[in-house]
Amino acid sequence: MVGELAEKDERVVFIGSDLGLGTMKEFQERFPDRFFMEGISEANLIGMAAGMAMEGKIPYVNTIATFFVRRAFEQVCLDLGLHNLPVRLIANGGGLVYGPLGPTHEAFDDIALMRSIPNMSIVVPSDANEMRRLMPGTLERQGPIYIRLAKGHDPIVSKDDWGFAFGDWYEYQEGNDLLLITTGIGLNLCIEASEKLKSSGIDCGIVHLPTLKPFDPGKCMDFLKRYPVVITVEEHLLSGGLGTLVAETIAENSRSLDVGYSRIGLPDKFPEGYGKQLPLMESLGVSADAIVERAKTLIN
Amino acid sequence: MLDKRSKALRKEMLKMLLAGKRGHLASALSLVEIFRVLYDDILTFNPKEPKWPGRDRCILSKGHGCMALYAILADKGYFPRQELKKFCTMDSLFGGHPEIFIPGVEASTGSLGHGLSIGLGQALASRMDGRKPKVFVIVGDGEINEGSVWEAALSASKHKVEELTVIIDYNKQQSYSSTDEICPLEPLADKWRAFGFGVADCDGHDVGALKEKLTGVPFEPGRPSVLICHTVKGKGIDTVEGNLKYHHVNNFTDNQYQQLVNLLEGGAEIA
Repeated sequence: MVGELAEKDERVVFIGSDLGLGTMKEFQERFPDRFFMEGISEANLIGMAAGMAMEGKIPYVNTIATFFVRRAFEQVCLDLGLHNLPVRLIANGGGLVYGPLGPTHEAFDDIALMRSIPNMSIVVPSDANEMRRLMPGTLERQGPIYIRLAKGHDPIVSKDDWGFAFGDWYEYQEGNDLLLITTGIGLNLCIEASEKLKSSGIDCGIVHLPTLKPFDPGKCMDFLKRYPVVITVEEHLLSGGLGTLVAETIAENSRSLDVGYSRIGLPDKFPEGYGKQLPLMESLGVSADAIVERAKTLIN
Repeated sequence: MLDKRSKALRKEMLKMLLAGKRGHLASALSLVEIFRVLYDDILTFNPKEPKWPGRDRCILSKGHGCMALYAILADKGYFPRQELKKFCTMDSLFGGHPEIFIPGVEASTGSLGHGLSIGLGQALASRMDGRKPKVFVIVGDGEINEGSVWEAALSASKHKVEELTVIIDYNKQQSYSSTDEICPLEPLADKWRAFGFGVADCDGHDVGALKEKLTGVPFEPGRPSVLICHTVKGKGIDTVEGNLKYHHVNNFTDNQYQQLVNLLEGGAEIA
């Protein structure tokens, strides 16, 4: 996708760390002068990207999510955030994608960390189609963008007619009894949970929020007002991510809302076990069944 | 002995310190001749158009030395000299570290170890556009304790960025003690040579030597350069030289100002 952007915009540059064999080979062949594979040196990658952006380039930097947000946090905060530069961080393995590799590679805290940086945008696409829709908009957006990738080849659940605009909320389905607000691959879990809840007579709305920063409390309120019960679902710590954003909105509008609210997300601990992403998430309380159970408890 | 111009620049710094009542005085005093030579003799720039694409780039990566940078930028007309007298106050253009919105400042620095990667990125991006500005990044000796500096050095060497020059303000002292005690750097020239840089050194307060060396970059074709400048922390004011109490000064008083100006101008210490 970055190659397509590079094709139409000569400002586009690709910077990787030490990615898997053959990654971006086509880009490298097509644009050798705009391709940089700089080694396991994330602080330098970010600083270098900042310098390039100062000169008018739009660097797309790619490495594993945890290495952006933990290792190079200060460079991301100061070189990109403080300078408000158009560098795009393509973060592989958001959430528990790297479950088999253990906590050093699991990005369960990335949204909380990136959210704390002024000028940063955060997007969490639900599938490859949504990723395709959002990428063209990264060319002109001001400031840095953190793009949290899933593992790839996830079920396609987003809808083409949604298009993509930063900050927009996308309603997957309307309902009456309960609203599920989600982001990333949480959308797929919510769809599965909704089917199960239907058989129990619970009519479930689902809204997907691919942009976690900027977050528009007004749009959030539009949805919160329409449902008696709301649950957020995310593959991220309960603290600092989507659930926190919605909780803040509810807290600040408590006089005008009458809503039951609960969050589904990862607990405040380093994940244990080395399972694959979905079983690991399930073991930590993030699954379609966990949503169903929580919904029933809240509604009843 | 410092000449009139070197003393005048230092006096501006003392005025800043008096205005803000605080600042990294000693760390800035070691930089004065480096900046003076860069802006008098080496860099191409246009104060009326600070972001002119044809300019050379100069990043003060050891941002806490900013008083020396502000003094030379005011001297060159980037902003009125009176601005300096608001240093570190609420309505000032300047705080204790450089920020990108200040005319003539290339990057917001202060947290150490950021400037070299940024300068490298500027050099590489300029190349892509068929430009080849000189890029100078001034780092402190304490600053190069940071691993990120060496990450950037590896990368600069790989790309053979001969337009990039690192200037090390090697005053051999950092905040707590000597560099030897905190984190020994020697053999410093060998380290940079091993990283693929062309290396030279000189007296960082000798205007003639600095000019000769900086005119000669790149020191080796096809390699980035490093100029190790042997400097004195607090240079030019007897009681400040080598005195770590002046690494960062707080509650700077009128009386201290008079004392230091007097010493700078060659008088004896006022009893």
